[in-house]
Amino acid sequence: MNERPQPMTLTETAAERVKALLAGRGKPSAGVRIGIRTKGCSGMSYTLEFADEKNPFDEIVEDKGVTILIDPKATMFIIGTEMDYVESKLESGFVFRNPNEKGRCGCGESFHV
Amino acid sequence: MAEPMLQIHEPGETPIPHAGTETAAVGIDLGTTNSVVAIRGDGHTEVLRDGDGRSLVPSVVAYAADGSAVVGELARRLLLDRPDAVVTSVKRLMGRGVEDVKSLAGTLPFEVEPAADGGMVRLKVAGHSLTPVEISAEILKALKERAEDHLGRTVDRAVVTVPAYFDDAARTATKDAARLAGLDVLRLVNEPTAAALAYGLDEGAEGLYVVYDLGGGTFDISLLRMEKGVFQVLATGGDSALGGDDFDHAVAEHFLAERAASLGESSLSSAEVKMALMSARLAKECLTKQDAGEWSLDADGTQTMHRLDRATLEALIAPLVERTVKLCDGVLEDAGVTAADVKGVVLVGGSTRVPLVRRRVAEVFGQEPLSGINPDEVVADGAALQAEALTRGSDTLLLDVTPLSLGIETMGGLVEKIIPRNTPVPVAKAQEFTTFQDGQTAMSIHVLQGERELADQCRSLAHFELHGIPAMTAGAARIRVAFAVDADGLLTVSAHEDTTGIEQHVAVKPSYGLTEDEMSTMLYDSMKHAAEDMARRLITESRVEAERALGAVAAAVAADGDLLEADERARIGDAMTAVRSAAAGDDRDAIDAAVMSLEEITRPFAERRMDRGVRRALAGHRVEEFDGGPDQDADRGQE
Repeated sequence: MNERPQPMTLTETAAERVKALLAGRGKPSAGVRIGIRTKGCSGMSYTLEFADEKNPFDEIVEDKGVTILIDPKATMFIIGTEMDYVESKLESGFVFRNPNEKGRCGCGESFHV
Repeated sequence: MAEPMLQIHEPGETPIPHAGTETAAVGIDLGTTNSVVAIRGDGHTEVLRDGDGRSLVPSVVAYAADGSAVVGELARRLLLDRPDAVVTSVKRLMGRGVEDVKSLAGTLPFEVEPAADGGMVRLKVAGHSLTPVEISAEILKALKERAEDHLGRTVDRAVVTVPAYFDDAARTATKDAARLAGLDVLRLVNEPTAAALAYGLDEGAEGLYVVYDLGGGTFDISLLRMEKGVFQVLATGGDSALGGDDFDHAVAEHFLAERAASLGESSLSSAEVKMALMSARLAKECLTKQDAGEWSLDADGTQTMHRLDRATLEALIAPLVERTVKLCDGVLEDAGVTAADVKGVVLVGGSTRVPLVRRRVAEVFGQEPLSGINPDEVVADGAALQAEALTRGSDTLLLDVTPLSLGIETMGGLVEKIIPRNTPVPVAKAQEFTTFQDGQTAMSIHVLQGERELADQCRSLAHFELHGIPAMTAGAARIRVAFAVDADGLLTVSAHEDTTGIEQHVAVKPSYGLTEDEMSTMLYDSMKHAAEDMARRLITESRVEAERALGAVAAAVAADGDLLEADERARIGDAMTAVRSAAAGDDRDAIDAAVMSLEEITRPFAERRMDRGVRRALAGHRVEEFDGGPDQDADRGQE
């Protein structure tokens, strides 16, 4: 079954949080879609959105009971990424640990590979 | 620093990063005499001014003994007292090598250090040895600081404008200067294109536009074609020593002549000249609004009064204005268009405020030029617009074009153009080349810029060698040479051999540049010599082909001469002599005919060689070996 490694993985906390968010969204979802936008100041930035349906070319990752859809244009840039959920005193959110990143802009919201 | 935390959004609602908190991107007009910085936000462009409301930062840098630099007005004031510590007009040296500067010797207002290495020019300033890039970086730093003070946030990105005629070397140097100043160059934009953008011409009617740029010390005229929002620079012209300063000189001479007449003295003191230039400048500026005025020259203890009206001023500067008109005509002629084809004219540069200039431009092009935007600031304005477009991810990205064709040298000193002139950038193109001789294992790649057909008449940009080509018969190797010009007009060349995968590439940072004059001369020459060049190209091609055929036959005779009868060998010898003597002459048809007959005569010989080759290849092998299976040679090649 698992002949090749998953393009990306989730931590337990991230999986729990995604499940909670999907449950609270109030309408059926196919999962969460991760994409790449080429408009950050350091090249690219992630997009993280609920997915209403699967697109035919989405790369599908099933990990810890969560469905992640990866935009086909983004796969090459995200391979090996771990998605985590972090809570600090001031803010909380998802964090991508992407081994492909070679640099980030000052604010960290965009990156290049 | 903390990693960014992302939230899950509804489809299509992920916000663009930095909305609101971004660092700023500015537009910079890095001029020869003055520079300007502007920023666009909330739908309007703001030109950033100093405390006195001045937008122009003189492009003048003064160095102290400890190497610290002062830029702008302050530096300009030091110019008279400490000329050895102050650099002006450094833009003229951007991307120039020592060789180029020699020809300018004596015309530059600074001391050039004699360098032996043929590299970048270095200037001697206040005991320091500085490159134009370093000096330019000081100006950019000052502009960056002005913007940061003004905005209260970090400015780390900029669109910087360069003259349309700047070559790769000068563009690279400008980019390097910006990097040194801590600015990431979003894009280099041609000055006339920036001016056209400031007037929103990219959204206007498609067609030809002229940008008439008369600054303090330089005059540039550019013809642009706008198509679907994209500007192409069709032709440029100008004079790097013609500008408003010359107007001042003309008026000052007039004042001094009057003064000499009234005082009855003929020698001039430097104080008088300085005073006269200042008054002349005032008078010129004043007479753009008023019809007449009176100015006093107060020097060496005597005062003289000078009345000047606009008609006299215009008579004084008319010859200078006519020179710009002539250059305009030249550019139109070069491009093969007439003034009636021009859809709009944009005025750039402070000297276009002079009413005579406006009138003459209107007459030449048969229409009122666009002058609604301050001509000193219009280029920076356009650059700021472009900076905004690039940071906001707008799709209306501006394209520029390659000013001259780019190519490589092939056998016989010919030029194979890979990217033709006026190709919109960014662009990448590749072409396959092959070896010329049997067993050739290296290839020299000579990158050229220019329009002529012969390499020695084009400009050499770079030289590199591709080694490790496997020894094969001539023409069997496949070498892919790819040219890529990025959005800033900078060139990268790579060569790749298919069977081995070896690769070489070079980013072109030429060590010397072309002057504006050379650039236009090169363009002009290419048109003038087009027919002659083509003829020379054809005959050279024939000669190269003849040489190749002679080489191939000689190699074959040496290898398999035993297959030849004596009389056949003699016939081949005669045919080879015929090819040699034809190739020495200038008759292309004769060369082609001689080569053809050599090939005809050697055909039976070639067929016999082929038979023998096949027999040799098969000898000692079993048939099964040729039925598929791994090709051992190929395996070895990949190790």
